[in-house]
Amino acid sequence: MDIKQIIKEENQVYRRTPLMTEATLSYCPGCGHGTIHRLIMEVVEEMGIQSDTIGIAPVGCAVIAYDFMDIDMSQAAHGRAPALATGIKRLWPEKYVFTYQGDGDLAAIGTAETIHACNRGENIAIFFVNNGIYGMTGGQMAPTTLEGMKSSTSPYGRNSETMGPPYKITEMVAQLPGTYYVARHAVHKPGPVRKAKKAIRQAFENQKLNKGVSLVEFVSNCNSGWKMTPNDSNIWMEENMFKFYPMGDIKVEGKLVNGD
Amino acid sequence: MAKAIGAIVVDVERCKGCQVCRVNCPTMTIGMAEEVNGKGYHYAYMENPENCTGCTNCAVVCPDGVITVYRVKQ
Ligand SMILES: Cc1ncc(C[n+]2csc(CCOP(=O)(O)OP(=O)(O)O)c2C)c(N)n1
Ligand code: SF4
Ligand code: SF4
Ligand code: SF4
Repeated sequence: MDIKQIIKEENQVYRRTPLMTEATLSYCPGCGHGTIHRLIMEVVEEMGIQSDTIGIAPVGCAVIAYDFMDIDMSQAAHGRAPALATGIKRLWPEKYVFTYQGDGDLAAIGTAETIHACNRGENIAIFFVNNGIYGMTGGQMAPTTLEGMKSSTSPYGRNSETMGPPYKITEMVAQLPGTYYVARHAVHKPGPVRKAKKAIRQAFENQKLNKGVSLVEFVSNCNSGWKMTPNDSNIWMEENMFKFYPMGDIKVEGKLVNGD
Repeated sequence: MAKAIGAIVVDVERCKGCQVCRVNCPTMTIGMAEEVNGKGYHYAYMENPENCTGCTNCAVVCPDGVITVYRVKQ
């Protein structure tokens, strides 16, 4: 069959959602941030809630996420997105409110805001992009950096004895009664992308229930910070990050999946 | 059984040449162009267009969302 006969409007099965703006993404080639942005916008499109959704951009590579997502957005001081989301959601409880935060933002400078918003059980979604590093500022060590992993501030590899071990803030907040749904996903392959999108949908749907925080972590690559090609970084991520940060549901409908 | 035939259209000027689509295509349809786009990236294109099934795998993993997918059943 001639390609011209295939490439017709009526045969279209996938196109970039119009909820992503025409702006060229500021991310490095192959960076998972772009995919995660698009999945969030696909869910907002499918739920038909474009004018009822408010996002909070972080400090980090995603600082100008508001240029890329065609919804109402605000941008918070470093780590403070859950506090800003709290205020917005309490003013407009009928809106869908989410934060979008890196691991430096959410698990380092914003630790207090993260934990207290989760503990208070704010009715918001938190999308947490864990690339194990401070991407924007040049690849410094983050609390999430793996043991032995090199970064610009741990050039010989992270040494837990002097630098402390990496910690799983996602599992930590799952212990709090204020979290209703907690899960970890990735977006480096088609299967994981489809699962991650379902988790995003769940996080938005949960806001109708008013039962607390839905937090979805995405283990993602920072190929520039890790100094690898995009595909090598995705393989490295599977082999190293996934062992410490396993995929799947951690808390569903307010109940921990493994354990008490 | 009906066979699916597909085709992709890459927005060449927005492609960053990251190759994530290429390794995720199950039918080895995608190659990287020898020439570069305006940004200097070797962009993705259908090197083996007859292989494409329109499965959308390449498009869903493209970080920049620059792939549109078409499919017909035959
Ligand atoms: C109050 C404050 N402290 C420090 C910085 C510098 N800074 C900008 S981005 C960033 C780290 C971001 O890392 P992460 O949240 O992991 O996001 P990524 O860039 O990896 O997506 C830091 C420390 C800042 N902008 N504001
Ligand atoms: S520095 Fe890292 S996180 Fe930031 S855009 Fe580049 S690859 Fe992505
Ligand atoms: S994944 Fe997207 S940006 Fe990367 S090479 Fe393929 S089409 Fe280009
Ligand atoms: S639609 Fe599927 S078969 Fe066609 S190029 Fe993309 S990944 Fe390959």
